[in-house]
Amino acid sequence: MSRPELIAPPEIYYGDTEAQKYTANSRIQQIQADMTYRALELLNLPPDEPSFILDIGCGSGLSGEILDEQGHIWVGVDIAPSMLEVALEREVEGDLFLQDIGQGFGFRPGSFDGAISISVIQWLLNAETSHPTSSPPHRLTRFFTTLHSALKNPSRAVLQFYPSSDDQIQLITSIAQKAGFGGGIVVDYPNSKKAKKVFLCLFVGSGGAQHVPQGLDGEVPEGAGDSVKFEKRREREKRRKENGAKRKGVKDKDWILKKKELYRRRGKEHVPNDSLYTGRKRRPAF
Amino acid sequence: MVRLITHNLLACHVKGCTRNNFPLLFENVQIEIQESDFNPDFLRNFMPKLEWKALVDAARQLGDTSLPLEQPEMVDEEFLKALHHVLLEIHVMEGAMVCQNCKHVYPISNGIPNMLLAEHEIG
Repeated sequence: MSRPELIAPPEIYYGDTEAQKYTANSRIQQIQADMTYRALELLNLPPDEPSFILDIGCGSGLSGEILDEQGHIWVGVDIAPSMLEVALEREVEGDLFLQDIGQGFGFRPGSFDGAISISVIQWLLNAETSHPTSSPPHRLTRFFTTLHSALKNPSRAVLQFYPSSDDQIQLITSIAQKAGFGGGIVVDYPNSKKAKKVFLCLFVGSGGAQHVPQGLDGEVPEGAGDSVKFEKRREREKRRKENGAKRKGVKDKDWILKKKELYRRRGKEHVPNDSLYTGRKRRPAF
Repeated sequence: MVRLITHNLLACHVKGCTRNNFPLLFENVQIEIQESDFNPDFLRNFMPKLEWKALVDAARQLGDTSLPLEQPEMVDEEFLKALHHVLLEIHVMEGAMVCQNCKHVYPISNGIPNMLLAEHEIG
């Protein structure tokens, strides 16, 4: 898989065409939605209570729509103007900000009940200029310290990202810890190449009462992450299921009788006799 | 779509600008009213977080005088409705927000404020 963060900075990579493509792609929509639901689950907000959420790197508002759906009020920040334009066109509910998260947030302390971020913080790991303020550790420090103060106590921040090496995970978690966060990394489906997802699950406050949740393991459910290859087939099967028509076996009784008749006419020997049991399935003995 | 709920949480984040950097002042604003769903539970939970004076000042600046100067002790339906309108239905579409302390201007265009800083302003 090519890594867009190695091609260009986000505000340039997600130009007008890329932003449109990204938002219109049903596969990306599906993956983003799945990850947003999982992030919300990890966020562990009080049930049936509308919360005030920060969506870091909201893009065109794909994750924000799910926050709306769940009844939360949200604020989104993103650095790509084209993505925000798409979000405006889609008339999302949240407030949008054009902001570089590596420069830090200006929110008052304790503003938010939680924060989510889907596929964003790997973008902080590239230095765009040689200025000291654009070095990845500096930007990460700025990001985590201002995020920590913007969250209320107790609360959580769940940040899904695509690390390209263990060193990156190490760097990100150590800086988050220095900024005052508790928590750690949650890996879903660690043994699957496609469905593997890395979540940085950060806690603010509440003295050790919160523990890092378990990553999902075991069998990967159908459609989790591997919704690429079999997209068409699954859709076709779904349509058939909806129509209710059961597919007929190719080699049914009529077909067998026809074949046998043909062999007999050609004079083939040892063609089995037709009986009540022709073309019927042999059931197991017990 | 800067609503007053987010304006009330927003302080200047320029390097070294740590005092008197809240609230940001509105300048040359155009507002738009967009109705949204009334959610009393959310408002009740959110009230303790509000800086009341900043909210009332900002609302008056935008021409809405429905909120009392002091945060009332008693919260009734009518008050919550007024609060809902001020917090969630007034959208600032164009204009700017200016920091009182360092005079940094955050321009708002198309409802999106530009919070980007120049290199020398990054903390």
